[in-house]
Amino acid sequence: MSYLVTDPIDLGALLALVQSPERGAVSSFLGTVRNHHRGREVVRLEYSAYGPMAEAECGRIVAEARSRWNVAVGLKHRVGELEIGDTAVAIAAASAHRDEAFLACRYVIEEVKRRVPIWKREVYADGNVEWVGSGAAGQQGSGAEDGRDGSGGVVISSPSESSPS
Amino acid sequence: MTSTAISTLTVRVLLFASYAETLGLDAIELTFDGGATVDDAIERLRALPGGERLPPKPLCAVNLSQVRLDTPLARGDELAVLPPLAGG
Repeated sequence: MSYLVTDPIDLGALLALVQSPERGAVSSFLGTVRNHHRGREVVRLEYSAYGPMAEAECGRIVAEARSRWNVAVGLKHRVGELEIGDTAVAIAAASAHRDEAFLACRYVIEEVKRRVPIWKREVYADGNVEWVGSGAAGQQGSGAEDGRDGSGGVVISSPSESSPS
Repeated sequence: MTSTAISTLTVRVLLFASYAETLGLDAIELTFDGGATVDDAIERLRALPGGERLPPKPLCAVNLSQVRLDTPLARGDELAVLPPLAGG
């Protein structure tokens, strides 16, 4: 099974993968494309990945969740060009009872954000295009949390101005 | 080439996203005389045109797993230099 997909993600299919008669609790998470980032209007974005490592890392994360809790886990992350509202990542976790399903689902999305080599280039309404993430956040020893949405960007093309806010 | 050539180490380096654009390439082979660490490879990349914009301590992976900068490289390794991750 491939974790990275280029076609739209089908949550129903992902849920069907994990559901079974003995698992009465199903938790899911969707990450969808926001229309804003740090106060700027986003019109679309593009995800790219280091495919072989992203697949391997997703596999490790799912295996970790399954070893920590008695759960079935489904995970898909989309790559390529996405529009506002499109689902970028989907996770489904099913277990006998709800605690484990919620915990596993949360674990998987946090680890995906922290460890899977996927990059996001946002196209703004003003025409600027930026890779999400900043230099400091990408350095070893900086702490993974810094790599989240609050960091600055590397400006690739900038018709009207050159510095990220 | 001489019959007494010292052993060299060649590794393939992959660059992605903003780093690939910064350096204008997405893959390069680096050859070292004798041994080298990930850090040595980064230093070499930073000496390339545009390389000064690479951070001195980027996230790196060797053969699909994240590694520390002091990790020794072996012949045939694939070193990936990873910009700040932004999945999810």
